[in-house]
Amino acid sequence: MTTIRIDGRDCPTRSDINLLQACLEAGANLPYFCWHPELGSVGACRQCAIKQFSGPEDRKGRIVMACMTPVSENAIISIDDPEARDFRAGVIEWMMVNHPHDCPVCEEGSECHLQDMTVMTGHNTRRYRFTKRTHRNQDLGPFVKHEMNRCIACYRCVRFYRDYAGGDDLAAFASHDNVYFGRAEDGTLRNAFSGNLVEICPTGVFTDKPFSAVYTRKWDMRGAPSVCVHCAVGCNTIVNAREETLRRVLNRYNTDINRYVLCDRGRFGHGFINAPTRIRTPLRAIDGQQVPVPMADALTAFARMATQGRIVGIVSPRAALETCFSLHALVGPEHFSTGQTRQEQECTELAHTLLTRHPGALPTLHEMESADAVLVLGEDVCATAPRLGLSLRQSVRQASFHTADNAKVPRWMDAAVRTLGGECPSNLHILTPAPTDLDNVAAETFRAAPDDIARLGFAIAYAIDPFAPPVTDLTPDDAAHAARIAQALMAARKPLVVSGMQYGSPTLMQATASIAAALVRTIPAAGLSLVLPECNSMGLAMLGGLPLETVMEQARAGEISTLVVVENDLTRHLDLADVADLVAAVPNIVVIDHTMTPLCQHASLVLPIATFSESNGTLVNQEGRAQRFFQAVFPPAPIQAGWRWIQALARSLDPSMHPITGLIDWRDLDEALAALAMAFPDLAPAVMAAPEADYRINGEKLRSQTYRASGRTVIRSFVSVRDQPPPASPDTPFSSSMEGAYEPDMPGALVPYYQTPAWNSVQALNRFQSEIGGPMRGGPSGIRLLSPAENQNTEAQPYAYATDIPAPYIPQADTVLVLPDTRLFGSEELSMFSPPITARSSAPTLGLPASATGSGRMVLHLEDGPHDLPVEPVPGLPEGTVLCPTHMVARAFRFPRIARLEGLTDGGERP
Amino acid sequence: MTSSALLTIILTPLLLLALATLLTWVERRLLGLWQDRHGPNRVGPGGMFQAVADGIKILFKQDWIPPFADRDVFILAPAIGMMTALLSFAVIPITMGTGIAGDLNVGLLFILAMMGLGVYAVVLAGWSSNSKFALLGGMRAAAQMISYEVFMGLALLGVVMMAGSFSLHDIVTAQAGLWFIIPQCLGFGVFLLAGIAETHRLPFDLPEGENELGAGFHTEYSGMKFGMFFIAEYAGIVLVSSLVTTLYLGGWRGPLLPPAVWFLLKTGGMVAFFILLRASLPRPRYDQLMALGWKVLLPLSLLNVMATGTILMLRASL
Amino acid sequence: MFNTLRTLLLTALHAFHRRATVQYPEQQPYLPPRYRGRIVLSRDPDGEERCVACNLCAVACPVDCISLQKTETDGRWRPEYFRINFSRCIFCGFCEEACPTYAIQLTPDFEMGEYARPNLVYEKEDLLISGTGKYPDYSFYNVAGIPIPGKERGASERERPPIDLHSLLP
Ligand code: SF4
Ligand code: SF4
Ligand code: SF4
Ligand code: SF4
Ligand code: FES
Repeated sequence: MTTIRIDGRDCPTRSDINLLQACLEAGANLPYFCWHPELGSVGACRQCAIKQFSGPEDRKGRIVMACMTPVSENAIISIDDPEARDFRAGVIEWMMVNHPHDCPVCEEGSECHLQDMTVMTGHNTRRYRFTKRTHRNQDLGPFVKHEMNRCIACYRCVRFYRDYAGGDDLAAFASHDNVYFGRAEDGTLRNAFSGNLVEICPTGVFTDKPFSAVYTRKWDMRGAPSVCVHCAVGCNTIVNAREETLRRVLNRYNTDINRYVLCDRGRFGHGFINAPTRIRTPLRAIDGQQVPVPMADALTAFARMATQGRIVGIVSPRAALETCFSLHALVGPEHFSTGQTRQEQECTELAHTLLTRHPGALPTLHEMESADAVLVLGEDVCATAPRLGLSLRQSVRQASFHTADNAKVPRWMDAAVRTLGGECPSNLHILTPAPTDLDNVAAETFRAAPDDIARLGFAIAYAIDPFAPPVTDLTPDDAAHAARIAQALMAARKPLVVSGMQYGSPTLMQATASIAAALVRTIPAAGLSLVLPECNSMGLAMLGGLPLETVMEQARAGEISTLVVVENDLTRHLDLADVADLVAAVPNIVVIDHTMTPLCQHASLVLPIATFSESNGTLVNQEGRAQRFFQAVFPPAPIQAGWRWIQALARSLDPSMHPITGLIDWRDLDEALAALAMAFPDLAPAVMAAPEADYRINGEKLRSQTYRASGRTVIRSFVSVRDQPPPASPDTPFSSSMEGAYEPDMPGALVPYYQTPAWNSVQALNRFQSEIGGPMRGGPSGIRLLSPAENQNTEAQPYAYATDIPAPYIPQADTVLVLPDTRLFGSEELSMFSPPITARSSAPTLGLPASATGSGRMVLHLEDGPHDLPVEPVPGLPEGTVLCPTHMVARAFRFPRIARLEGLTDGGERP
Repeated sequence: MTSSALLTIILTPLLLLALATLLTWVERRLLGLWQDRHGPNRVGPGGMFQAVADGIKILFKQDWIPPFADRDVFILAPAIGMMTALLSFAVIPITMGTGIAGDLNVGLLFILAMMGLGVYAVVLAGWSSNSKFALLGGMRAAAQMISYEVFMGLALLGVVMMAGSFSLHDIVTAQAGLWFIIPQCLGFGVFLLAGIAETHRLPFDLPEGENELGAGFHTEYSGMKFGMFFIAEYAGIVLVSSLVTTLYLGGWRGPLLPPAVWFLLKTGGMVAFFILLRASLPRPRYDQLMALGWKVLLPLSLLNVMATGTILMLRASL
Repeated sequence: MFNTLRTLLLTALHAFHRRATVQYPEQQPYLPPRYRGRIVLSRDPDGEERCVACNLCAVACPVDCISLQKTETDGRWRPEYFRINFSRCIFCGFCEEACPTYAIQLTPDFEMGEYARPNLVYEKEDLLISGTGKYPDYSFYNVAGIPIPGKERGASERERPPIDLHSLLP
């Protein structure tokens, strides 16, 4: 702690930051552009000029760039100094010289950092009378819109895109005031984080393209804190809605997880909500036709079905915890299925077990960024958990930070640290069958089949801890490799091992956990992270239930008369033949979902459920963090939250059949959660993921619109000219209107948008953090359910290592090992209903080892028949394996599996 | 009781009500005249039936009693206001021998008593409405009316001393030679101001003070109950005007024209004067109003009583 | 005292002044062009809708009686719907002041009485006029930087043609 004096006011501050940060943390309004909390300072824009005085006697002072000047003890600075003020006004005037007269037709308007800063400096009249330079725009693909005239050359975009996110197709071109930020030629931005340019760019150069089509000013939108549903990382988002339609998804800062960055799947994947595939009314099969029916009709139909025999419920890892639990309460534990195959379920439950048994750390994404040695085994994290991949990419910079510390260069001094980093070796080791996006920053990559990777993993564990089981008949090459990686990990202060269930291989995860546990022997901070596939995979693993195979057996035996399928596309888990069997064997199928799935056409009853933007619920991410999402949209009547539908079903039953679980008495989400906590003590803390619905600030609900929201008396006047009361929900502490409390220290889990006086852009976030880049002032969002604290790996209490080491993979002459090619855009279910994501995804191809690519197309024989696919060489792919896009060729996830590939000329030996 | 008395009892209030109603139109026309407008001139000849139209409208308005109000008192208040205003007319002599209740020997006192009772209407309305604006209005009214009653009484004392009687007839008769406005000019001034304050007319309408209190004591009133306050106010104007006529302007006395016409002319003139006040003067602050009363009008009226007394004694001793 | 009497006299003398009001509707008053009556949406000199759906009028409106939704054709922003609830409008003119394109204008027409309130909800079709209204020459897209059909990039007022990125000249 040090103290600096800002305009005569003493402000306590931290010593390892720069003056700009210190000023912002002290609540001062100091304009800036090129500095970004996550990107550090480069001093490019000259906007943050302040006066620094050498001592109390110094009256003159000198102008310094606040972002480039470290905080020093008792520094005396002035923001209001006339000279500094003029300097800043001058800078912004120069910037605005070429700025187009665009604000009314600019998507950034109303949340534009440039607008804010211009107002803050007081520049309001244009003196420049000459002509403006203009630029041509580029088509950057379905996500991001480009309008180069608005650029102020702060360089944030390229620093983020190239330096931070590792992209290479966005650069600065030309010179002096002609400088241009774009691609070498028109084309889609290839980086998985391109959408963040929308928030990173302080002006309207990069804007959200899908949002532009349904554009609304920030002040008009209702916001709600939410959680991304497109992978298991659980990034925090803000959903924005107007006129009861979802307009966009924005990043919501969570200091532990996504911080300032969201992947493109999360940002643009919400399109399924407004897609034509959306189910909006209950449908009932009448004479083979699905007819829209009123809710009461649907419920009576269900009550009739229920009298016919056993009801079995199937949920899914993409359904909220409350939904899963309510179905659990309706059908009872013995008839409750997780909606996953045995393999998937074993993997997720294993992940849960391994994480709970892990004796070291279970790092958050932010903690991963400071891991100084990382080993990734058999998981393409950039596709399965993109944001986690980005954190690993940052971890590579640890060495340069240590060098910088030694050289006394502050870590936020971005350009200098990156220059130093040029010579620092990476300590990221990647062992995967196929190339990943992280390869370009890895110290070493190794391509092998999953079983071989698991073997290597066990070998590494043995090399670290001799109590671990040894791997016999290892090739000398592999042994040396294992020793090398073991050494690198053991030399680290904070090593991290990452794997996941992409390849459906429990041994791989066990090998990973063994390495992490072995490391704990010497390094207690050694971390383990396991990637899961879906947003609530972990929650469901903690809830437990029958695998789909058991349900199939019961169905075939004719024991099931009604099957309630909630938010699950069974065809993504079961082969089509199995699904057909199920449809044939079960007389009544009730599908409760928001999006039409293939099963819907066979269902006797289809009920429309609210999506994440329309309801409130809890999800448990892969690190076991329960997080609450809140509704921004109040959907029209028959659409309601999953647990409310299931409750309605329960209430429709004959009173003698009412479940004894109290399901029918829950009045709001909090009561549902309380019941969940009673039934599943492990999940009990999930109640505290966010404040309850009766949370109030100064006796008021929290507002979810800015105080300037417009159109209140007219927006629904075409329906009725009378004023409508704003919609309300008993499940949230939010009011749906502009009425209510809103303040920078409101609970972190309840921040519906960022805005403070003078800061209308997302940069207002600075005011909500207790220190910039640190935790939120109102406390964390979400709560961890797993704590590995009591485990140890010591002589006295050794870790129980897994011992089932697989045999090496031997390529076969007539068959191939089909491995999943998980794609960022294409493999995930819901995002593929979103038009921009569909546009961004590419057609399925078959990845073959570079040596084996013969003709342009090949036929892959899977259980559901032959698939004729174009072939693409994948460098490094082990012989005898092929990569097949997950869920894109055969819908069901069945990996790894052995299949026949026609046209494959040469099985080949393993090199 | 004769049937003609009964007729008088029934007809006079109706007549007075009609007059008060008409006055609302007259006031608006006059205000229009003095403010370069036309005023209501559409319904009937010269817009005369505007008042009828308004009456019909107000009858059909929802008669809303706020749920938080003290119901009985709330209903009673406007009735009191209306009644006191109307009762006072009983003793006003229109011509020699013509008056509704004939010549009451304590006529002036009766009128003062009625005016005193009138305060209740306002205070109770303000109190029973159970709303802060109404209450504030009621409080102001109470303070204002009670204070001004003092000066009013004192101002009248001069007249009574000169006429030697409380009977309004006698007072008019006493003005046979000289209207009391000349010898009692001080008293006249004080009485006039007090009269305005008593009827809480502009510029002394602080109990209503619409720009700070909503509508003061009758904020919560609507429909015909509001209408009764309204009519009571106009009846009050006519009352004060006819009192001024009777006490200071020689009542029905005047050359050529019949006495009743004189009385009506004088009263009408006073009413017009009231309206002119409204058309031209801004409202003082409340403290100014009270200061004017206690610091200026009270000494003046005492002075008036003293002077009148002195002169009368001197004259008697001469 | 004297002042008060003088005031009374002066007011009374107004009885002999000319009336400032007229006998509407037989006599129509003169309403200046900037009178704040019925709101219209005007068009550019080239006949296209002027409104660019920037929402500034909506946010400026003190009674929140304007709402609209942006849509886009060929780079031109325009409102998909534009709705004013005149039963709420107080004719303050803030919307006109806020409008950066002179699209929304108040006109000297105030005869908007309706028997049913819903008829006071005006949609874009009801609001749009075919002319430019009070500002005959202004066209927002002539000054804005974005290109529209008929106006290339860099062809707005005070703009240079776009930079050639491949040029090596300084
Ligand atoms: S970038 Fe900001 S300042 Fe520039 S046109 Fe867009 S909204 Fe206006
Ligand atoms: S495009 Fe945006 S982020 Fe990039 S330099 Fe220009 S203003 Fe900065
Ligand atoms: S005139 Fe005023 S109230 Fe009417 S629409 Fe415009 S801003 Fe709103
Ligand atoms: S301010 Fe003007 S341009 Fe903007 S939305 Fe309103 S009418 Fe259209
Ligand atoms: S923020 Fe300091 S120079 Fe840009």
